Amino acid sequence: MVNSYSTAIVETKEITSDRYCKLTLKAPAASVKGLPGQFVMLYLPSEYGPMLPRPFSIYATDREKGLISLLFEIRGRGTELVAGFDEGSGIKLLGPLGSCFPEPPPGALLLAGGLGVAPLAFLARRAKTPVTVLYAVQKADNLAFQPEELTRPGLILHLASEDGSIGYEGTALDLLAMHLEQASALYSCGPRKMLSKAASMAAKAGIECFLSLEERMACGIGACLGCVTETVQGYKRVCSDGPVFAAGEVVFNGKA
Amino acid sequence: MEKPDLKVNLGGIALESPILAASGPFGYGHQYRELNDFSQLGAIIVKGVSSEPWAGNPAPRLAETASGLLNSIGLQNPGLKSFLSDDLPPLRDCGTKIIVNIVGRTIEEYAAVASGLDGIDGINGLEVNISCPNLKAGGMAFGTDPEATHKVVSAVRQQTSIPLLVKLSPNVTDITVIALAAEDAGADALSLINTLSGMTIDIESGRPFLGNTFGGLSGPAILPVALKMVWQAAGAVKIPLLGMGGITSASDVVQFLLAGASAVAVGTGIFYNPEIVSGLKEGLVEYMVRKNIYRVEDLTALAHRGGINDEQ
Repeated sequence: MVNSYSTAIVETKEITSDRYCKLTLKAPAASVKGLPGQFVMLYLPSEYGPMLPRPFSIYATDREKGLISLLFEIRGRGTELVAGFDEGSGIKLLGPLGSCFPEPPPGALLLAGGLGVAPLAFLARRAKTPVTVLYAVQKADNLAFQPEELTRPGLILHLASEDGSIGYEGTALDLLAMHLEQASALYSCGPRKMLSKAASMAAKAGIECFLSLEERMACGIGACLGCVTETVQGYKRVCSDGPVFAAGEVVFNGKA
Repeated sequence: MEKPDLKVNLGGIALESPILAASGPFGYGHQYRELNDFSQLGAIIVKGVSSEPWAGNPAPRLAETASGLLNSIGLQNPGLKSFLSDDLPPLRDCGTKIIVNIVGRTIEEYAAVASGLDGIDGINGLEVNISCPNLKAGGMAFGTDPEATHKVVSAVRQQTSIPLLVKLSPNVTDITVIALAAEDAGADALSLINTLSGMTIDIESGRPFLGNTFGGLSGPAILPVALKMVWQAAGAVKIPLLGMGGITSASDVVQFLLAGASAVAVGTGIFYNPEIVSGLKEGLVEYMVRKNIYRVEDLTALAHRGGINDEQ
């Protein structure tokens, strides 16, 4: 695959709940090629740091208009810099990069913990079959988008919050336990502890499971070997062997 | 003025440009070829190769620091056999010289890689890595002791007639002592510096952040340290120097040349700008034209000789 490095133009920027930023970029090549699960690297405009580009999952694309949207939490200096771009300004972008989710079978569950929702929302919109999205947050304020944003025929969305302020009162794993019996497959993205438990629940239920992993990256294209995760076949690169892995491959806490 | 002459001879390796890709960040070059014209580079120094495959260190392996990057990759590599069969062949037509960084835990392991690479088509030089801070044995242990440096470089020298660069560690009391030992043992050129040993702690978990506890610091934060060590080594040895450490701009390149380097290498800078290579070369040429310096060789160590006379 030829990597596409170009200048993307900030089309719109929405900052919600003081924490989440939805950045929509004019990036025609990335928009046309980007698949659910893939990410892009955005380059920071700082001379003395932070200087490493930051990886962002693709949240949505509009192929006709050549747009891609990224949804992220502003939680460090890197994401602050990215959220600081004004509409109309240019930002260097590399991508789309990494592996994508396989097409989900009818009745697949998409389990999102927190900001893990970004690639799964993209998958849910693109999927050709009915899927159920389970989206869990700590409290209603932490919803990264309005539920109305994620609609299409055949898509069911269930919310949960740990304090009960929206949807079911409980964790992502509680929500998963309630829906697992009817599921044909599990696709998940979120905190590593949640992924580890979700993967064992899927294995017990005997269904296929795919996980999107996160790790600090430097190059984003498989050269530097900085972002590896342990798998049953040794260390693999999250950026280019992943970020989407079959759950059976991933070694959590020293155990496959 | 005629077009500036960028050719340099680095210990017997004739380079078309004094700007090289440092070992590590570029891997075996395949990914970055899509983003850079490698013929703009003097050479690519490929990631460390050991006699047998190495798994590398546990994750996480990267932490960004102030103007720098800590890494603890641990020289993960597929080993000599796989490098020769899978990684080297597609590189042969990449349009630039190829230098292979070699690593080992023991003198015998270094000698084995050198012997395995001797006489292989397409390899223009070896860079003996005696300075990786991320290994439990070997690596930096050789590069922080002059006797061990002498032994490992001599052993590699006996295995091959390929030009040898020796990559030095900054984690020493006096870089000139190690530089002289490497020169005496038969090095054709010296690469400096490798990363500075360091660490970072995650205050939420209360534990060291990197899976390996310690890592090697690179990036602009280390440039002044690297520059000083190039300056010191230039005053001590006669063989040419390849300067590196935090280069992100053409003015950084020029500083290393003025301090005594014959050529320079860019490493971490490629992460900040994946197309950095051509910009550095253009900036160097622009500087030479502006200063009316025709041969890049004439820049080497100029800061030791009274600097630039703009009247000439």
